[in-house]
Amino acid sequence: MAKGVKPRVKVPKTAAAGETITIKTLISHKMESGQRKDDDGNVIPRSIINRFTCDFNGENVIDVVLEPAISTNPYLEFEAVVPEAGEFVFTWYDDDGSVYDTSKKIAVE
Amino acid sequence: MELTRRNALLMGASAFVVAGLPLQAATTPEEAIAAFTGGAEIGEGDITLTAPEIAENGNTVPIEVASETAVEIMVLALGNPTPPVATFKFGKLAASRAASTRIRLAGTQDVVAIAKLEDGSFVQAAATVKVTIGGCGG
Repeated sequence: MAKGVKPRVKVPKTAAAGETITIKTLISHKMESGQRKDDDGNVIPRSIINRFTCDFNGENVIDVVLEPAISTNPYLEFEAVVPEAGEFVFTWYDDDGSVYDTSKKIAVE
Repeated sequence: MELTRRNALLMGASAFVVAGLPLQAATTPEEAIAAFTGGAEIGEGDITLTAPEIAENGNTVPIEVASETAVEIMVLALGNPTPPVATFKFGKLAASRAASTRIRLAGTQDVVAIAKLEDGSFVQAAATVKVTIGGCGG
């Protein structure tokens, strides 16, 4: 497991049923591209988050494949529909097999 | 098979060819595009790619892709050592077929977004980004 990985997600606390909300996610991760070399000229092995998914009550919102060209601390912004009250689940998949997840509840007014 | 000098050379050469092929497949933009579209023709139309004209730092270049009817959008940086950047697949609850993120660019180059639309056709948009400092940490 890579060190210091911390997911951060911004989701409104409430929404009207059927409303479109904007979700911003960021996870602190060095996203080592596998292109860089250390001081001795050895290639630093690739270590990135290769996939991100967001689901709401079991329904998929977005599924992203990330490549080494994504910046350090991958940031993603997208929009989702909120049909009912429930929970967003965000999952990040690391190259080393680790899975980081976080969830946010949202209420319907 | 008798292991003669000639056979040993042949085996060495074929092993090299086999090992070399998948590497190439992963690195050329044409191959990545073909894998995504399945060789279908790519038209113009319902896709926008928003990227800065000039990026001072190639390590974090903000980009945004949007399309009204896309099912999937793939982003490629043609001048990067590994051209694929990201592939967005939109699920049932995606309110808009749009997403933004930050990418790395090795230098001044074209960034291309290809969308697979609901009707199965493909469209693309491209933007040239001038990069002052590359983002590959070389």
